[in-house]
Amino acid sequence: MNRLLLNKIILTLSTISALVGIGFLFWILITLTYKGISSIQLSTFTNDLVEGGIRNLLVGQFTMALLATVVAVPIGVMAGIYLREYGGEKRMTMLIRNLSDIMTSAPSIVIGVFVFAFLVEPFGTFNGWAGSVALAIMMLPIIIGTTDNMLALVPKELREAGIALGGSKHKIVLQIVLKAAKVGVTTGILLSFARIIGETAPLLFTSANNQFFTMDMSGQFPSLTVSIYNLATYPDEASRELAWAASFILTAIVLFINLVGRFVTRNKH
Amino acid sequence: MTKETANPIMEVKDLFFTYPNAPEPTLKGNNLTIYENKITAMIGPSGCGKSTLLRAMNRIHDLYAGCKYEGEINLRNLKNNKMENTLNLKKENQLIGLRQKVGMIFQKPTPFPMSIYDNVAYGLRLKGIKSKSELDGRVEKALKEAAIWKEAKERLNDSAMGLSGGQQQRLCIARSVALKPEVLLFDEPTSALDPISTGAIEELISELKKDVTVVIVTHNMQQASRLSDYTTFMYLGDIIEFGDTEKIFLNPDEKLTEDYITGRFG
Repeated sequence: MNRLLLNKIILTLSTISALVGIGFLFWILITLTYKGISSIQLSTFTNDLVEGGIRNLLVGQFTMALLATVVAVPIGVMAGIYLREYGGEKRMTMLIRNLSDIMTSAPSIVIGVFVFAFLVEPFGTFNGWAGSVALAIMMLPIIIGTTDNMLALVPKELREAGIALGGSKHKIVLQIVLKAAKVGVTTGILLSFARIIGETAPLLFTSANNQFFTMDMSGQFPSLTVSIYNLATYPDEASRELAWAASFILTAIVLFINLVGRFVTRNKH
Repeated sequence: MTKETANPIMEVKDLFFTYPNAPEPTLKGNNLTIYENKITAMIGPSGCGKSTLLRAMNRIHDLYAGCKYEGEINLRNLKNNKMENTLNLKKENQLIGLRQKVGMIFQKPTPFPMSIYDNVAYGLRLKGIKSKSELDGRVEKALKEAAIWKEAKERLNDSAMGLSGGQQQRLCIARSVALKPEVLLFDEPTSALDPISTGAIEELISELKKDVTVVIVTHNMQQASRLSDYTTFMYLGDIIEFGDTEKIFLNPDEKLTEDYITGRFG
């Protein structure tokens, strides 16, 4: 076959494939925007779920996600530092690194069920703490992985220069190497946050949901994503419209965080 | 010649060095004397062990687990004039002390991701100097000694990453000089720089020898002959010849040295 013809065929096929993929994405986004925006009113933001708004859900979702971040960031970054700076080529290091990678693709529902077993069942009630822990577990492998990879990009000469100036290893790692990798590590944290803010499965069996405004994390806790899941199945039009509005707002939030993450990285390179 | 009255500051004796998991040593029984306030150049083809020897002198190899030393690297203690074996140092504190006395400049400029001022102050702060006025004074003095004060004084708080390659390298020299080291090790300090920056760094190194002993690894034969008082030629982990630079370049004792210098191999 003529190689120019072959080239054209392959090019056409891959263009069609790309268009199909992007097409579905835009279909989702357009439907979401169309149905979502038309359902949003001011009361959507000022009322709680019981009155047909999502105020308590937004606060609840962000509270759990932020708490998860506070827990997962120090553990994840320190674990990443251990793997790259201290772990060397020990078996233990390889084991942790591989397990962490596998965890990244662990089904989120499994994490939800796991947390249910040790933080919900023993206490006899769904609670916000359990929701946060489930989200933190989702975040951990992402943060460990990005920290590990970003530290690997820091040239070894920078470490050697620090040591040659009379620095101890831990000071060089914390004050120079981590600083040099700061942008990448921050991006990893932002992207992992964007990932968990839209998760439903880890919250279904942990925080469950709450129609009222509450900051008491020891009981059922309001969740935006679980609400969307519930509202979408209700028969009445108002509930389904609220589900569209909430979906649109959630998508906008995730998109925004992703854009910030990308902007931060682009600025530096 | 006055050179022969020069005072030894460092002595390498029967040094063997093996990298982790390497089947045989990279340095095979090296003997070398480094003289105070002189510039010693180390030349030789790639892989001959010159950088390895240089990096043994301030134990930077110890950053990687599993390196093995045998033999001695003695450094003169300026307080009592006694030679002390630096390979006996075990604790991290002792190694930090050694590296404050024996500084190192690398092939690629290695500015830290912080301001110009903080780069120079970094080693001083590690040493425990906190007083702002003392830091200011020593940072200025170091930048002047490294001939970068004029370019840097208006932008001390700007990021060091914004400097050109040659400026970054001079900043790295300032950073090391600020610690008032006894010996400075240069590992091909100009091979990543353009000719003008190279000239500036070479001039700077010649100036520095008033206060500090310099050991420089270089692939550039002209650089070695321009700069150094002594030259040592290494080949396959052995020190083949050591002597006055003039003699090594004009009338070497060993055939191998002559062949390398005249470009017959390497």
